[in-house]
Amino acid sequence: MKKKMYLSMFSAAAVLSLAACGSGDNEEASGAAGGNDDSGNNAAEGNEAEGNNEGASEDQEEVTLDFMHLWPQGSSPDHYRIVEDIISEFEEEYSHVTVEMEVLENEQYKNKLQVVSSSNQLPDVGMTWPAGFLEPYAEGEMFAPLDDILDEDGMRDDFVAGTVEAYSVDDQAYALPLELNIAPVFYNQAIFEENGVEVPETYEDLLSVIDTLASNGVTPIALGNRDRWTGSMWYMYLADRIGGSDALNSAIDRSGSFEDERLVDAAARIQEMVDHDAFIPGFNGLSDQEAKAEFMNSSAAMYLIGSWDLPNYTTNEEVDQEFRDNIDFFKFPEVDGGEGEINNWVGGPGVGLFVAEDSDVKEEAKAFVKHFTEEWGKRSVEDAGVIPGTQVNTDEVDLPDLFIDVLDELNNASDITLFADVQMSSSVAEEHLNMIQSLFGGEVTPEEFTEAHEEALQAED
Amino acid sequence: MNQIMSNKRVIALYTLPALLLIMVLIYVPLALTGYYGLMDWDGIGEMTFIGLDNYAALIVDGAFWSSAWHSLLLAVFSVGSLVLYLGVSLVLASDVKGANLFRKIYLIPMLLSSVAIAQLWLRVYHPTNGVMNRFLTSIGIENPPLWLADTSIVLFAIFIPIIWQYAGFYIIIYYAALKNVPNEIVEAARIDGASPLQIAYKIKLPLIAGIIKVTIVLAVIGSLKYFDLIYVMTDGGPNGASEVMASYMYKLAFRTNEFGYGSAVGFFLLILILIVTYLIRKATTSKDDEVQY
Repeated sequence: MKKKMYLSMFSAAAVLSLAACGSGDNEEASGAAGGNDDSGNNAAEGNEAEGNNEGASEDQEEVTLDFMHLWPQGSSPDHYRIVEDIISEFEEEYSHVTVEMEVLENEQYKNKLQVVSSSNQLPDVGMTWPAGFLEPYAEGEMFAPLDDILDEDGMRDDFVAGTVEAYSVDDQAYALPLELNIAPVFYNQAIFEENGVEVPETYEDLLSVIDTLASNGVTPIALGNRDRWTGSMWYMYLADRIGGSDALNSAIDRSGSFEDERLVDAAARIQEMVDHDAFIPGFNGLSDQEAKAEFMNSSAAMYLIGSWDLPNYTTNEEVDQEFRDNIDFFKFPEVDGGEGEINNWVGGPGVGLFVAEDSDVKEEAKAFVKHFTEEWGKRSVEDAGVIPGTQVNTDEVDLPDLFIDVLDELNNASDITLFADVQMSSSVAEEHLNMIQSLFGGEVTPEEFTEAHEEALQAED
Repeated sequence: MNQIMSNKRVIALYTLPALLLIMVLIYVPLALTGYYGLMDWDGIGEMTFIGLDNYAALIVDGAFWSSAWHSLLLAVFSVGSLVLYLGVSLVLASDVKGANLFRKIYLIPMLLSSVAIAQLWLRVYHPTNGVMNRFLTSIGIENPPLWLADTSIVLFAIFIPIIWQYAGFYIIIYYAALKNVPNEIVEAARIDGASPLQIAYKIKLPLIAGIIKVTIVLAVIGSLKYFDLIYVMTDGGPNGASEVMASYMYKLAFRTNEFGYGSAVGFFLLILILIVTYLIRKATTSKDDEVQY
């Protein structure tokens, strides 16, 4: 019955959007014809493109560019403001283009994208997540390859190494990254001092820090494992530190096996940490938000989370100043005899911009994506606390030290191991995330944990 | 008026708008779900027809059967809880002092949205700061259960708010039905020397038997398709320990992009509910039933 409701809602939404697009389509189609001609000229005239654009705009037909994003004014006011600014700049430069925004919350956005894509009504420009999310769209030829913009003016080099690749299928880039996050271990300096512990540099140190804290009655680590990806990051790091980025990557791209000793070892160490009471009681039933609350109340000492949380420890005025001053981060400790490097990070790009393959205003859409990505890169860190996919020059931005430190680490990163649920296909990721809960809950052995992964990965082939 | 309404064409015309709406919004998507269930489809790209392969996969899918088992358990618990509601309603309907107030108190959970209830109970069950564990530690229990994090009790922990949520709904149905039992009959029984228990058991219950059957059907159907609190409170976890059929279907269709398989699960769920409804009817119908459902 539930199904019925969903489907009817969706079909209603689909019908409505069809109706809405129906009236606009004709104008766009005729506009596109004009638009395409002009951009042909632009390309031919090379450097004068911009000048030509302004000159030509008068006899260009008005076109509308649909842009769908997921930063509503209510919940992400800073993001929203930057987006609005960028759009109005773009509209000034390309005066024949009107950008129509549609804003949806995360989950609604994902659902809507799926629905409009099955009826070939994708917006001209929209947001996508990398790898597993993007693949079906790329393979279904719904998104346009963007290598032409990347190769123009050497834009490809502006991105942090490894980010564009996350949006590529068969070596073609299908979206340009806007966000990049790595996961540092945040810790509360005051709690560390009170208990006389130092920042751990090896896994053994970490265990002894955990033991000291636990025996003093302090929760060592806040972890909300109901959300599952939170626990997954701990596993990814241990796998990375023990086996280097190679162990995990080769298991996932099938050049190796998941039943690798190193991956079993990583799983065993997760359970060792659980046995040492490293994590907050009842972590498997807590959401990330609930766990974060424990860390923010200074009742847990450490918290592993993506750098998207940095504003909470730096600029967010709603958080107590004293608490913010107490927070620092450390790199995930090395494991003795492990192959991983301390400058490897677990992390991944967030959303990126795509252009619809069927767009009637493809050239304008591509220009918009390029313009947006560049401008976003200049402003996002300072104005919204979002680390962009493009490299940030830390000398030029005015930011709290903690932020600068993370940005510097990012520029020095030796490699980035993508979040598991980004890297794997959605059904393998689902199995991985479920197994993570079981591993932390002690319901499976490390061997069973890796075996289940191997089976899920084999079933994919 | 009678003349107009006896014209078959006019009748057809009048029912047309509602018919169209219900077709477009319910039966067409329903048929589509059945159709998608025969496809290998990620919800985005090309569909491939694979016949009944999805259903064949369903038969051997352990995760599905475990979610089905959880739904069944929920149905059993919901039906069991009806006895409790009936008892409460019998007391309320026999004009105890403050019956009106209690009726309202029981109804309040009905007025809250599922998500609000979920948030409320998440706080109750919080492993360290929750009302429940605070209480348990204060009376000297050292390691109170972790409720939603413990795979062996999570399902029952989540049944409690679900059952609590619907208490008011069933109590008000029973209350209304009991209030409709003619007073003369009850009076007559009392004069003949029947005890209150006998009156309840031999007079009132048989008279509202039709309503009881309806509530059983409602409880079973409601349980089999249940989704809301589980989705918000545990998301089916830890590792599927509180997964029910509807949440499993949702995960398949919208999280792991197995839209075809998810549709098959949804369609199977629909057929299952139809069968169960039919069986309950079959088991409880007598010739002189007034209430049809």
